[in-house]
Amino acid sequence: MLQQLGQLPMGWLLIALIAVFGSSAFFLGRMRAERLLMSTTGRMHSRPNYHGYYVAMWATVPVLVIAFAYAVFGETLTRGQLERELPSSFSRLSPVELQSYFDSVRLAAGSAASAGADRVFEAITNRYLELRGLVNAATLVILGLVAAFGIFWGQSRLKSDFRARALVENGMELVLFLCAGVAIATTAGIVLSLLYESLLFFQKVSAWDFLTGTRWNAQTEAEFGALPLFFGTFMIALIAMLVAAPIGLFSAIFLSEYASPTARAWIKPILEILAGIPTVVYGFFALLVVAPGIRSASIWINETAIQLGLASEPILAAQPTSALAAGLVMGIMVIPFVSSLSDDVINAVPQTLRDAAYALGATKSETVQQVVVPAALPGIIAALLLAVSRAIGETMIVVMAAGKSARISMDPTSDLTTITVQIVSLMTGETGFDDPKTLSAFALGLVLFTVTLAFNVVALRVVKKYREKYD
Amino acid sequence: MTDTARNPDSKAKAMKRLKKRRAADGRFRFYGLSAILTALGALAVLVITIGSQALSAATYHVVNYDITLDPAVIAPEGAGRPEDIGRNVEGFYGLVRDNLLETFPEAAEDRASRREVADFVTRLAVLPTAQMVAKQPELVGTRITLTAPLNDDLDLYLKGQGVRERKLDVGAIASIKGEAEGGYRVTGAGAFDAVVAAMAVAAADLPADAPEPSVLLTAGPSTGRLTEISAGSAHLELLTGKIRDFARLQSKARLIVALESERTISDQQIAWTLALKDMDRIDRVPRTTLLTNSDSTYPELAGGLAAIVGSLLTMLITALVAMPIGILAAVYLEEFAPKNRVTEFIEVNINNLAAVPSIVFGLLGAALYINFLGMPRSAPLVGGLVLALMTFPVVIIASRAALKAVPPSVRSGALAVGASQMQTVFHHVVPLAAPGILTGAILGMARALGESAPLLLIGMVAFVGDVPRSPTDESTVMPVLIFSWSNNAERAWEPLTSAMIIVLLAFLLLMNGLVVFLRRKYERRW
Repeated sequence: MLQQLGQLPMGWLLIALIAVFGSSAFFLGRMRAERLLMSTTGRMHSRPNYHGYYVAMWATVPVLVIAFAYAVFGETLTRGQLERELPSSFSRLSPVELQSYFDSVRLAAGSAASAGADRVFEAITNRYLELRGLVNAATLVILGLVAAFGIFWGQSRLKSDFRARALVENGMELVLFLCAGVAIATTAGIVLSLLYESLLFFQKVSAWDFLTGTRWNAQTEAEFGALPLFFGTFMIALIAMLVAAPIGLFSAIFLSEYASPTARAWIKPILEILAGIPTVVYGFFALLVVAPGIRSASIWINETAIQLGLASEPILAAQPTSALAAGLVMGIMVIPFVSSLSDDVINAVPQTLRDAAYALGATKSETVQQVVVPAALPGIIAALLLAVSRAIGETMIVVMAAGKSARISMDPTSDLTTITVQIVSLMTGETGFDDPKTLSAFALGLVLFTVTLAFNVVALRVVKKYREKYD
Repeated sequence: MTDTARNPDSKAKAMKRLKKRRAADGRFRFYGLSAILTALGALAVLVITIGSQALSAATYHVVNYDITLDPAVIAPEGAGRPEDIGRNVEGFYGLVRDNLLETFPEAAEDRASRREVADFVTRLAVLPTAQMVAKQPELVGTRITLTAPLNDDLDLYLKGQGVRERKLDVGAIASIKGEAEGGYRVTGAGAFDAVVAAMAVAAADLPADAPEPSVLLTAGPSTGRLTEISAGSAHLELLTGKIRDFARLQSKARLIVALESERTISDQQIAWTLALKDMDRIDRVPRTTLLTNSDSTYPELAGGLAAIVGSLLTMLITALVAMPIGILAAVYLEEFAPKNRVTEFIEVNINNLAAVPSIVFGLLGAALYINFLGMPRSAPLVGGLVLALMTFPVVIIASRAALKAVPPSVRSGALAVGASQMQTVFHHVVPLAAPGILTGAILGMARALGESAPLLLIGMVAFVGDVPRSPTDESTVMPVLIFSWSNNAERAWEPLTSAMIIVLLAFLLLMNGLVVFLRRKYERRW
């Protein structure tokens, strides 16, 4: 019996129950309000629907809280109890092993076909199902009681002069506020999870060694000097910006100052397609076209240099994946971020400034160079900062085209690795959360988050200040 | 009178300077134009390379095998139930291999050639037919045509992408004589002039000690390998078919420069493929399996169905979470929020979240959902929740812009006739802003659909052979499938990956098209 309860599809059941409770509470409340409307001589304060909503609120909100608690703690509760009941031989298992054992128990329990497995496993699975059934049954009973009490309590408060609408609207406003608060919760979640795991990591590896060490060998040996990763990230972002900054800026200037309205109407959306292409597509493009092209070009340069007697050995590393390939493609990806933001700020420069420059006899390019761009400079810098932050945080292009060897090399055709590449390679595959390998990914994530946040905050501030100046 | 008019010398200088300044102006304009052209050119190169690759993967070659569904093989004693037939891959594969051995008797001679002929078709390729027969048991004992995809390397060869070859005309062959040590001596006046010339060209590019390239001579269904080639005669070693075909039919030579030991396909396999093609047993058909099959380790069988379904499930979760929260948060911030520090803090948070690198959300998902809450790895549920956290700031920003665009007169009018603020907002402002809100939400979803980095961290990169049925099943998504396929070494994965990219882009285009449509139809200027 309990075992069958343990196999209930609780997710769907809870959703259905909440819907049933909510709608029945609404109709009960409205019926009662309508009856009140008939019996009273004067006017009701609120329309019957609001009375219905009020009762429904009482019926669903506590139930939602319980369902949420079940979703978060139900499984943990079951596992905790199960762990206490396990035979003593299981105490040898490490927490990670225990967790994966429980995962397989859970899987077997879900499929209800554990035939063929060993007896202990089957017994544990059955016990797990029983415990789950107990938790499920308790949850359902509490849920029903709370909902019934909510409906009863809500109903009892309905009167002809009851201010149901005001209360419902206050409740709604609270819901809206909580939705907006999810933004704060997300940021807090990011900061807390990164900080927590990073602190665990820094207990094992000193923060100073992490930030200044030059040897990174997280996969094989425990060497966590992240400087080569910072260097690779910086190098690739620099190459990307060397591509994106001139192309993006000149595109923005051309579009806003030179192009005809029709050309602008066509070119601008086409440029923005570049921002809409998934980054994995850029990564594939880098891998398929750009990296082999750069490799053969650098081999050619090596051979010509040796033939001409300029060098006795190859100058360029000419590796199959290279920082240059990743940087170039990332630059293409970042162009629209630079161009569309710069375009906005250049357009925001008042026409009177341009007219004044023309009146003094300046040519168009002189006006742009000496009046428009200086006036728009803060905004342009903000656009560039946002683009840099985008380039630093970009993952797929570098994962596919930049390589994995952590080194500090000025040669753009050698393969460099970045923070994001290492996060991906540390977090994919078998990972346990007590392994310094996994934890180091969070430390890298913390660095990445802090740096991009700094860039973003500065950029957004500059943009805001700038807007105020010309609005 | 101005200075310039009085002093002709300085006027000339000014004119000269003006000329220079105008030239600088022209140059500046040219820089701008070339920047735009560079950006557009990069986009064009990207689209053209991926598009042309995808086009070659849009069709593939299948081979028809006429086989008799022998009950003894298909449904042996004790295993004749439909589900047994549907699982009997070995039996069907055996029939296909027997059919090939029957067509090419020379393949039965030794183990190596048996293996080579077996490479023509992957075991699992017969599974759809097995399942079809399981559904229609009356077919057992009858003769049917089984269609199975050709091996991916031979497929590329037939498309002219795998092994490069030059086709050369051969003159009339006058005589064919059997030779003592086996093989034949084919002669004809000047028959092999073109071959000799082409070999000389090819040899110029190769090191002096390189082995001779393969030269195949094909006549109808028969193919042989040529050696000791001179202008008028050559030694022919028959690979498949009958020797008299060379006397009867017009022959063609193929020069393959790549060494046989360095190729994935042998001369023998090429000969058989050409023979099958000549017998009209190979068709080039649209690769519908890209949308109907799930992932496989064999490129000719791989498809994206599981990933497409996984993407849809993930997007469903993302939409269910991000859209209500995002829209309600936008309504709060735009219509209800008092101007105070809390509101300001929320706004700063939203703007920053929209610019946080996506991979950080992956770390959050791994730590919070998987480690702390114990949710299953690789599941669309977790992926959808991670993407929802990433998407809802975008939804908020777009929805706020749409709400802001509704003129205050609408609000004043509603308030004037006695509506409460909540009624004003939900009965009047939100419906008017709905098209804008919706387009913003769809754009946010399109971004989430193309996202892969955070999903790698929560384990959605695993190989998934089955179509997921619920949001808690193991699954992958389209961008991650593209990433996995691009990591595969075999050459045939490249065009296949491009084709999958086109499928993903088609979905994105669809969503963006929907946005354009909604804007055209409902956008309203106040």
